[in-house]
Amino acid sequence: MNPVRKKRLLIILAILAGVGIAVALALSALQQNINLFYTPTQIASGEAPQDTRIRAGGLVEVGSVKRSSDTLDTDFVVTDGAASVTIRYRGILPDLFREGQGIVAMGKVNADGVLIADQVLAKHDENYMPPEVMQALEQSAMKQKHDAATQGGAQ
Amino acid sequence: MSNLMNWTWFHKLGSPKWFYEISGRWLPWLSAAAALLLAVGLVWSLAFAPPDYQQGNSFRIIYIHVPAAFLAQSVYVMLAVAGVVGLVWKMKLADVAVQQAAPIGAWMTVIALVTGAIWGKPTWGTYWVWDARLTSMLILLFLYFGVIALGQAISNRDSAAKACAVLAIVGVINIPIIKYSVEWWNTLHQPATFSVIEKPAMPLEMWLPLLIMVLGFYCFFGAVLLLRMRLEVLKREARSSWAKAEVKTHVEKSL
Repeated sequence: MNPVRKKRLLIILAILAGVGIAVALALSALQQNINLFYTPTQIASGEAPQDTRIRAGGLVEVGSVKRSSDTLDTDFVVTDGAASVTIRYRGILPDLFREGQGIVAMGKVNADGVLIADQVLAKHDENYMPPEVMQALEQSAMKQKHDAATQGGAQ
Repeated sequence: MSNLMNWTWFHKLGSPKWFYEISGRWLPWLSAAAALLLAVGLVWSLAFAPPDYQQGNSFRIIYIHVPAAFLAQSVYVMLAVAGVVGLVWKMKLADVAVQQAAPIGAWMTVIALVTGAIWGKPTWGTYWVWDARLTSMLILLFLYFGVIALGQAISNRDSAAKACAVLAIVGVINIPIIKYSVEWWNTLHQPATFSVIEKPAMPLEMWLPLLIMVLGFYCFFGAVLLLRMRLEVLKREARSSWAKAEVKTHVEKSL
């Protein structure tokens, strides 16, 4: 490569490195603002701002969903394994909402520590599976559990 | 000497006449491959691939969404590489490539954003959310608009090419941000499903049609890019004897 071209290439690389570092610094400074939601641990430790609308995200705890019999009110607990937040929502939940599913709820935390949500979004993971495969997986898991239970009973 | 030999193909690429000839030979093959792959991929993915256990049939939009998003990012990387070649080696063909590929990339980004929104409503419960993946993808669209606008707004061909190349190169920083946004930050968007190098997060009967669609999209992009570049090269070389002869044979053929 001749020296003129080499110089031009180096200038381009230098510009790219400079802009890259600037963007990296800006993004790391904005880290928390770019996160779409706060985890229950962050809310419990007071990292989330008070008295303002926030998003909380995590997994819906199994067995925590309580639906009101005469209104659309639903209460459920969202957890990240370490901490949990109770969420109250009035409205139609997305199709993918179920126990164990990842969700993001937006709303304000009230005095009792309950997040009154006005929007609930369902997250889904990157794994896709045909229904038959999932059934087979569930059956084998149930079978294992069943086997373990019967073995435990026999001992 | 061997070093010189290795670079001849690269310098040959700079010759518009040579490009026009060789691209004319590739074009039918690329177009045929694109048509075949897209036809097979669409029928397989929309009719025969199994539905998802959670999302049912609505997950099938992945077969358009993922290839379009792939292309949107690959085309931008290609813009940046062509921009470097144009700036460093002053290769005119690279300038042509930057300006002709940008609209295709912009359309791919639009397709990815629109299919994502349509997919988001039934699964997430919203068309749009300002999470890092969606926002960085929107920025990619604006970068494409910037490259297109700069190319159109500056009438001097060399200045326009330089401006487009610089924007394409600087904007490439957005590509790793798009790719890793789902890992660096809490997002609503899930991590990547489709990967060529890692074990895919879906069974083979779902992954194969997706692979075919991705390849089909790449071939489609290649064919459309060559078509656009050939037209632009012919326009720019309108005064040269080979271009005149080429146009003449085409006009005579159509008469």
